[in-house]
Amino acid sequence: MMNKTVQNLRVLSNIQLNRDHHLLELQAPVKLEQIAPGQFVNVRVEKSQSTFLRRPFSIYGVDYEKNTISLFIKDVGPGSHVLTSTPEGEEVDVVFPLGNGFSYPEENERILLVGGGFGIAPLLFFARELKKRNLDVHIHALVGARTSDDLMELNSFAQCGEVYSTTEDGSHGVKGRVTDHPALKDRLQKFDRVYSCGPEPMMEAVAAKAAAVDVFCEVSLENTMACGFGVCLCCVTDTTSGHQCVCTDGPVFNIKDLKW
Amino acid sequence: MVDLGVKIGNLDLKNPVMTASGTFGYGLEFEDFFDLNRLGGFVVKGTTLHARQGNPYPRSAETPSGMLNAVGLQNRGVKYFAENIYPRLEKFQTNVLVNVSGSTVEEYVECAEVINELEHIPGIELNISCPNVKEGGMTFGTSCPSAEAVVRAVRKVYDKHLMVKLSPNVTSIEEIARAVENVGADSVSLINTLLAMAIDAESRKPLLSTITGGLSGPAVKPVALRMVWQVAQAVKIPIVGMGGIMNAADAVEFMLAGASAIQVGTAGFVDPLAPVKIVEGIEDYLKRHKIESVTDLVGSLQL
Repeated sequence: MMNKTVQNLRVLSNIQLNRDHHLLELQAPVKLEQIAPGQFVNVRVEKSQSTFLRRPFSIYGVDYEKNTISLFIKDVGPGSHVLTSTPEGEEVDVVFPLGNGFSYPEENERILLVGGGFGIAPLLFFARELKKRNLDVHIHALVGARTSDDLMELNSFAQCGEVYSTTEDGSHGVKGRVTDHPALKDRLQKFDRVYSCGPEPMMEAVAAKAAAVDVFCEVSLENTMACGFGVCLCCVTDTTSGHQCVCTDGPVFNIKDLKW
Repeated sequence: MVDLGVKIGNLDLKNPVMTASGTFGYGLEFEDFFDLNRLGGFVVKGTTLHARQGNPYPRSAETPSGMLNAVGLQNRGVKYFAENIYPRLEKFQTNVLVNVSGSTVEEYVECAEVINELEHIPGIELNISCPNVKEGGMTFGTSCPSAEAVVRAVRKVYDKHLMVKLSPNVTSIEEIARAVENVGADSVSLINTLLAMAIDAESRKPLLSTITGGLSGPAVKPVALRMVWQVAQAVKIPIVGMGGIMNAADAVEFMLAGASAIQVGTAGFVDPLAPVKIVEGIEDYLKRHKIESVTDLVGSLQL
């Protein structure tokens, strides 16, 4: 695994995917070593009066040949706005790789990835890594969104396995939320592992379903962070062994360890 | 060649840059970023006699030019520190201090006694200024009698360097500094965070679970500088200055105001390399100003 480092990464491309999501590909000046799906970066936001701390983002992908890291960023506030507005060629100051990734499935296992919003980023990274490593794993992905316009990356998931979707307005896939989809509602025990990343209420609902049928489940939590590497102790979550830092003990947690 | 070495009482520091408790973990978390031996010293996180869970989430909030925290001294207790962390700190060729806190005078004393036995810990920083715990912490540091009581008691059992970390949440920080000097403190470090608050107007709720918390970062620097200056006029023991130091110029300002050394805290969250950049920056400053020894800066404010 790669050690933590602080580097200036150059924006190789900045593509707007829909009204508020951007995909940034960042070129590293150092050789990238193995980065695990689920790990994250902490990006310094300069050129903004109202931000002081870095902003954490999950890693969407790593290209070890091009030596790039990709981030999937939703423009939600002053910090992310500066980043989605950063033009190609400019540099951003990034601390990476941080936290722990998802645990890998065993051979022949069936896994279900459940993502919502920009939570799909680490799940797609994971699916692609599993595919790239030629692991004999059956990948199923369930992506939920409000409307069909908000559904992203279905084709990318399709290249790794089966894809399902839900929309709250019924404009694509099953109408409702991810927990209304048969994959989660009726067929969950057919999976060996479930991995989820997205809004916390969604992950809690997924975790409850998984717990009910005793299926292995990992979720990737989001939290307000200051340092990102376990020294400020600000981003804690309640676990069965007390307060743990989302940044260093997570962001990926087994639901058995969470007090949900 | 410039001389970056400073003395704080009986502590020899290779340079005046330390890192602040609560912002540097046990130091080990920074090892990927830089060689900790490049620092004059570092202060490991607030340690108490018994393990503490700290405050509920949310514990931090970003504010203009700074942040609030309300961690509340989460730590695994001094016994865990001595048995599991200390052995990994012995290798460092720099001053590793432990920040000690408690709810009662007895707790401070017992905790200090355990640390007194650790050969490679040359000093403690007595935390009588944590604003985020209900009992103890800052309540000891906001009146002269209680500050004296805890420092006097710890002084009796602790033989090595006793640094006392002062709270800015007082009417006269000089009086508290004088009080702890009189009962045996070897140095004072200041300032701890300023008691503060942040509210989300939309939800009409406080941003911290504890409603109030401690403000740090560049926002507090002018207050910290003023307090270092005032304390420098009031005591003879060395002062370790901190509060919003982000770069070498900030560090130099604290030394000009009277600090013999400085601590870098919140800056390390924004740039983990800030502490070493500040060491390099101070060296450049001395060369540029043709000053041979960094000790010549201390209290040399031109009035």
